[in-house]
Amino acid sequence: MTEFIDFISNNLQMIYIVILMIFVGVEIIGHVPAVLHTPLMSGANAIHGVVIIGAILVMLGAEPDNILALSLGFVAVLLGTLNVVGGFVVTDRMLEMFKKKK
Amino acid sequence: MEYIFSLEFIYLIASVTYILGLKMLGHPETARKGNLIAAAGMTLAIIGTIFLYQGEVASIIYILIGVAILIGTIIGWMVAKKVGMTKMPELVSLFNGMGGASAALIGLIEFHHYIGDQLSILTIIAGMIIGSISFSGSMIAWAKLNGTMNKPIRLPKYNILNNVFLIGILGFGAFMVFSGSESSLFLYLLFFAALAYGILFVLPIGGADMPVVISLLNSFTGLAAAFGGFLYGNMVMLTGGILVGSAGTILTLAMCKAMNRPLSNVIFGAFGEGSAAATGSVGKTGGSVKEASASDVAILMNYSNKVIIVPGYGLAVAQAQHIIHELEQLLESKGIDVKYAIHPVAGRMPGHMNVLLAETNVDYDKLVEMEDVNPEFKSTDVVFVVGANDVVNPAAHNDPSSPIYGMPILDVENAKHIIINKRSMKPGYAGIENELFYNQKTSMLFGDAKKALTELVAELKNM
Repeated sequence: MTEFIDFISNNLQMIYIVILMIFVGVEIIGHVPAVLHTPLMSGANAIHGVVIIGAILVMLGAEPDNILALSLGFVAVLLGTLNVVGGFVVTDRMLEMFKKKK
Repeated sequence: MEYIFSLEFIYLIASVTYILGLKMLGHPETARKGNLIAAAGMTLAIIGTIFLYQGEVASIIYILIGVAILIGTIIGWMVAKKVGMTKMPELVSLFNGMGGASAALIGLIEFHHYIGDQLSILTIIAGMIIGSISFSGSMIAWAKLNGTMNKPIRLPKYNILNNVFLIGILGFGAFMVFSGSESSLFLYLLFFAALAYGILFVLPIGGADMPVVISLLNSFTGLAAAFGGFLYGNMVMLTGGILVGSAGTILTLAMCKAMNRPLSNVIFGAFGEGSAAATGSVGKTGGSVKEASASDVAILMNYSNKVIIVPGYGLAVAQAQHIIHELEQLLESKGIDVKYAIHPVAGRMPGHMNVLLAETNVDYDKLVEMEDVNPEFKSTDVVFVVGANDVVNPAAHNDPSSPIYGMPILDVENAKHIIINKRSMKPGYAGIENELFYNQKTSMLFGDAKKALTELVAELKNM
């Protein structure tokens, strides 16, 4: 039980963020017209590409002679970039279509 | 002063752009700007992470990161720019898988750096399991939408099997966390088991439900990213990940609601079992089918006052969206009222049809959503169904044994005449027979949508 309380008090800031973000996410989606479901999903898909930050941190923290970590990290950064760039560009292309309305 | 320019501040700005971006994506007028804002925030966060890193880093590592980002950018950009509009859904799935894989790889690398720190190991293991499931699941979803794998594959008792397998994975993960195991073998075993689970999870789900699955896996990847954020105490990963995780879950539920099916029904199926029963009912619905030629349809349309077009995925596959726009303009020039009835799940993803038709400059106001268009069918002379099937299947109203029973549909039956363009009598994506084809008021215009429509437009021009 004390471990649990320790955990809470040590990570209070992050726990705040998690809880608040859950509510923000729910509120944001609220009443989105069905028309925009696909672009919205695609946009959210691009945003979770933020995982690339983790991949970059792995690379930055790795020892230069740790080939395994470097090569896996390299792949992780590459895949993360694909997620980010591809995700945003696809979303933009979808939304480009909507803009043409009168 | 120095603090203002620190990484934390950049992360704060980036987090705000994600929230703003997602919010703006929910409104047609601001959607595009929202996407760009989030993209700008992401770029800022990435650049900041690289250049404001505290600590000694060998220059070879910077070069490797640069090369990886460069390759990823070029490939991602080109693929996203080149792909056709009909292929969008599977592309989203593919990119989602990439993110999941990235999260899983982070877990694989970092595991050994955090041995002994139980909390960190917990986040690493959790992130790795979720990321792996998201990756392999997305790949299967991609293959299914792609048509490479279009039949649901089911192992006997797959629901029980899958659940037992999942519990096994979670149990094993928990064991690794609490035993403080250092074994690489165990780690890779867990990694591959999670990959296998992702495959088993998506395999039995029918292709028609892939949008929901992708949306769900999308929120999984968000969660995996958030675990990464927890591990590094990295705020931007945490906010971005949790935001997508929660928004993605709500979006998934919204999609299910549009199809009028609970999420559990999508995942644990009932859909597939139904199709066996449905094929059995072919004889019951079987009757005579009226066939019409392009000129018959042209005459019928020429003398009507109001025409409603129901576009479906068949239209997209045949790349017939331009010609249908031409048909619409031609009819309008003859003083006929033309509208498009858009079912919420027409195409392969909610909103897919709108994207396709918008591409051809169809007036936004002509796309009418299901609730608004349904009362109008009564006063409609001709309903023209192009490449759609399940969304106009009356079995959803009157056949409780049908797998789509209860799904809201477009009530095209109420119109005076129904013209259905299909390539053949084959049942639709869900594999269910459609009694609408045998309705007295229905005429079938067989043929590829593009070819049939071109003929129809030519006939109309001659009148």
